[in-house]
Amino acid sequence: MTAIPLPARKSSARKLSGRRVRRVGLNVIALLVAAITLFPILWMISTAFKPASEWVTLTPHPFPQHPTLGNFRTVFNGSATNGLTYWTFLENSLIVTVVAVFASSVVALLAAIAVARFRFRFRSTYLIMLLIVQMLPQQALVIALFLDFRSLNLLDSLVGLMLVYTAFALPVTIWMLRNFVASVPRELEEAAAIDGAGSWTTFRRVLLPLVTPGLVATSVFAMIFAYNEFVFALTFLGTDTSKYTLPIYVQYFYGSHGTQWGPIMAASTLFTIPVVIFFLLVQRRLATGLTAGAVKG
Amino acid sequence: MVKTSHAGSRPGTLAFPAGRHGHAVPVSPRLRVAIWIRRHKLAPYLLLVPSLTLIGGLVIWPAIQIGVYSFQNVGLPQVIGTEPTQWVGFSNYSNILHDSEFWLSLRLSVFSAAVMIPVTLVIGTLVGLLLSKLGRRMRAFVSTVIALAWATPPVTGAIIFVWLADPGDGIVDWSLSKLPHWLGGGAHWSGFSWTNSALPAYTLIIALVVWTSFPFIAISVLAGLRTIPAELHESARVDGAGPWRIFWRITYPVLKPLFLVLLLLSIIWDFGIFTQVYLVIGGIGNRDEFNLGVYAYSRAFTQPPAYSIGSALAFILTILLLIITIGYVRASVRQGAIQ
Repeated sequence: MTAIPLPARKSSARKLSGRRVRRVGLNVIALLVAAITLFPILWMISTAFKPASEWVTLTPHPFPQHPTLGNFRTVFNGSATNGLTYWTFLENSLIVTVVAVFASSVVALLAAIAVARFRFRFRSTYLIMLLIVQMLPQQALVIALFLDFRSLNLLDSLVGLMLVYTAFALPVTIWMLRNFVASVPRELEEAAAIDGAGSWTTFRRVLLPLVTPGLVATSVFAMIFAYNEFVFALTFLGTDTSKYTLPIYVQYFYGSHGTQWGPIMAASTLFTIPVVIFFLLVQRRLATGLTAGAVKG
Repeated sequence: MVKTSHAGSRPGTLAFPAGRHGHAVPVSPRLRVAIWIRRHKLAPYLLLVPSLTLIGGLVIWPAIQIGVYSFQNVGLPQVIGTEPTQWVGFSNYSNILHDSEFWLSLRLSVFSAAVMIPVTLVIGTLVGLLLSKLGRRMRAFVSTVIALAWATPPVTGAIIFVWLADPGDGIVDWSLSKLPHWLGGGAHWSGFSWTNSALPAYTLIIALVVWTSFPFIAISVLAGLRTIPAELHESARVDGAGPWRIFWRITYPVLKPLFLVLLLLSIIWDFGIFTQVYLVIGGIGNRDEFNLGVYAYSRAFTQPPAYSIGSALAFILTILLLIITIGYVRASVRQGAIQ
């Protein structure tokens, strides 16, 4: 009676502990992966709070022993950048980003409605064009755009950057937004039309509220792109320091203060935190958006 | 009433009396335009006008321009207008083919891509598989943490890595100098400069690119794994297949289209990589550490500017990437991206 279930219980217990060992092992490896990946970011933040004596040292510590805000003070008082403070560059970045995000969202929504709601000649040509265009190397196109903007007097101007960021954000934005538009049931719009709503009213009262979540998601991508963009800003904002956007400011700061790692890391931290937060909000959608149909299964 | 039934027979036509029927109902010019647009089915084209203008003018036109410039002699005098622009045939290209710096930059691009792409894909896939085996909470935690690396702006990532590898006070040299000798460590590492020559500089760049791009691969692979029915793995395990066999017999074949897209995207993103290389090698001063993208840029933007040579190099880069892009587009279309 007791002899029969015993071996079974024994082996299941062994199997259970084997599984537990495996699970603990996997979790340890996972934590290790997380720690290694996180290390450079932690090191940036920790350096930003270290006084000079701690980042110029023979035995570095992972965390600041005597945390200080001195590095951030250097960034904010502008002593490093001819009296221009961090706020100037943040303002430049925000202006460019907000305009580019707004413009690209409006333009992309129109295009997304066209490809999601209508069947027309050149529709697939247009979609394939978007796929190709988003892969063109920006560091190659910048040469021609520099000469164009030079003759249009758009160098050293935030307007030039707004135009470029709007245009370069479009392919991905349209590509993602069209799925959001397509997922709004057409019957809703037809019902509104039957009730006598014109196309503008239908758009404003039916489609727009329903695609707003999609618009929020896609504009975060446009935002991240415009906020991080380096090549165009580096090339177009050559001489006028007061027009620099944040990435160029951080780069300039790093270039002109080669060994002042504390302040450089403070500037990098201030530049990075907002975009990282926004990124985490939409991270999952990005992975599925970029690999298009490949994950459909 | 008659008009309504007439219009109703054609879906998409307005149920209004159109001008040509000659009825006395007054039609405003605005409405007349709306009717004309409907009749000719112009709405989608009109909706595409803004995006086509912006993309055409600011993305496609510059791509054509660099192609045109690469057959001309555009330099500073031509841009200012003191000398006329002339067609020079293939002379920019033959110039480039005889330029040892071009071949060096091409070699560095190919070499670094050949290392960083497989390493990124392998690490990304392994982490993706690891994530799929974790509990729900642990998985959410680790994927959020690795997404932080992905979210870090390229400018920040590059500057952090340069700081980590700083020859004076960097943690990398410090750690290497503390490593025991049999692991390759030792005092000779303290003060070692990672950015002064091409091999260490690209080792650093490869580490940086792998760090920023493996999370995207891992999270994509995780998303792909979730589409595989669990019974498939279960029955394979019951049949006694090990993890290696399960991966190559089940996971890989099912995820092959995804891996193809990830591979092509990685090539497109990493081959001409600019921002990170520019920042790690310290701008456009260090000629023997250029990759193709940075070399093209440096020819166009160092004094005296050789816009045509830069354009020819940029055009070569664009064409190389376009070839890969065509593969990417074909793969996407085959997988139903364009419904």
